[in-house]
Amino acid sequence: MLTTTLCGIKLRNPTVLASGVLGVTKECFDRIGREGAGAVTLKSLCHEERPGHVNPTMFNDGTAFLNAVGLSGQGIDNAVKDFKRLDDLSIPVIASIFGYKIEHFGQVAKKISKLKPAMIEANISCPNIEYGTPYFADPELAAKVTREVKKNSGKIPVSIKLSPNVHNIKDIAKAVEKAGADAITAINAASGMKIDIDARKPILANKIGGISGPALKHITIRCVYDVYETVKIPIIGTGGVTYGKDAIEMIMAGATTIGIGAGIYYRGTDVFKKICNEMEAWMKNNKVKSLDEIRGIVHK
Amino acid sequence: MPCKKDIPKMLEISEIIRESEYHKTLFFKHSLDCKPGQFIMVWIPGIDEKPMAVSYLKKDEFAFTFHSIGKFTHTLAKLKKGDGVGIRGPYGNGFSIKKNACVIGGGVGMTCMSTLIDALKNPMVINGARNKDSLLFHKRYKNMITTTDDGSYGRKGFTTEVLNEQLKNEKIKIDIVYTCGPEIMMKKIVDICRKHKIECEAALERYMSCGFGVCGKCMINDKIICIDGPIFNSKQLNEMPEFGKFTRLKSGKKVSL
Repeated sequence: MLTTTLCGIKLRNPTVLASGVLGVTKECFDRIGREGAGAVTLKSLCHEERPGHVNPTMFNDGTAFLNAVGLSGQGIDNAVKDFKRLDDLSIPVIASIFGYKIEHFGQVAKKISKLKPAMIEANISCPNIEYGTPYFADPELAAKVTREVKKNSGKIPVSIKLSPNVHNIKDIAKAVEKAGADAITAINAASGMKIDIDARKPILANKIGGISGPALKHITIRCVYDVYETVKIPIIGTGGVTYGKDAIEMIMAGATTIGIGAGIYYRGTDVFKKICNEMEAWMKNNKVKSLDEIRGIVHK
Repeated sequence: MPCKKDIPKMLEISEIIRESEYHKTLFFKHSLDCKPGQFIMVWIPGIDEKPMAVSYLKKDEFAFTFHSIGKFTHTLAKLKKGDGVGIRGPYGNGFSIKKNACVIGGGVGMTCMSTLIDALKNPMVINGARNKDSLLFHKRYKNMITTTDDGSYGRKGFTTEVLNEQLKNEKIKIDIVYTCGPEIMMKKIVDICRKHKIECEAALERYMSCGFGVCGKCMINDKIICIDGPIFNSKQLNEMPEFGKFTRLKSGKKVSL
């Protein structure tokens, strides 16, 4: 009922662990597979080892979930030794990568390709690092990154992760599609900030962070809607899906698959199973036999 | 809409006790619904946020005890009564509470054992440290066997030697061993318990960011220490090849312990 195909990759259901949550170790990806996800995305890796920001790096004040982890990661060379391969797990693995310069994206894509991930996701949109801005905000630069990653990924499909912190997401989506992207991941976290008025300081050590969880959902729906209007390639709709009805909404906006990150915080590591059960229940109640019947339905 | 909240709450330090050369305890007049073995996240605005065990727990008061060892704990050591720190939690699963217990703390690991000792009925306590200055709570409990690696206080030797002796003594009944301390020590204790077929629970530690099962930094094999642990039983520990051997850096890089 929930079987989905994304860029030729068969998924048993459309839920995908979003990059940035839990995707640090291989045994963890495997566990998320056992917990019911259709695919998992690794925490973004770049050309070097990064400790990330000091704590606090995340919190939830009851109205929003904010984080500024600062793209901590063991770096591509350590990861290659640690993971050995990425095609031997029970579910498809999407490798998220980034770089400071355009050529870094290519170097990392080339190295990770050898581990045979099912897909590569280029994270050009982290809101919590300084050099992130130019790539996600400029259609031409986003296209350059896309071409560089494509050039170094062989036959592995490539998705580009876009930012909501722009005024021109349609232009950027169009530019990366034209540059050869096979999919678009929409969206990364929205930039935000929270001050503790007793401490008189921002809570996040990085001061500014990314908003995710339910507070992000309406922005995601709008972005997925906009991107679907603009391009033909599939969309991994990511941001604010907590329940099955959120996932259905995302599909109606045009998403092919559903990224889930902060949902783990709200409902546990088995959130994938829960969301799939809720989606199936909704489909049965509404006599929907396949997600294709409702995908992008609001555009008709 | 899910109703959850995980955000530091600024609390005033109500009292400070110097426990030893390196250890201090900070008290807060605040009620904390916490089980032995659970932990809190402590935030010094502008500096860092770290997980800490609760070392004293009363109806309207709690405290944590730390060893001054790095930037964060040196800053904590300079704080005065009335200063504020951010507290969130408690997090994690906590120890089971069982009879005929032996509690083994190594160094600052005693902080994690203290509220458990308070909750158990007269457990046997073995408290070990490198030397006299590193010993913690050695005057807080009666009937405690104390060891130091260099013999500067109590018995010269290791906690594991004491445990082996006690297990050989037929007059003493031990059904469960609880431990917190250096992982190499805990690994030895788990191995001894397996040999004697007695239960064991150990409090594990890894670098931690969130404390609520999202960041993925505190993984040991497929377990997330902050939500699946930090307390694991013998069966779980025996199925963790990384236990006692490998840890992960803040970046996620796997390294030998």
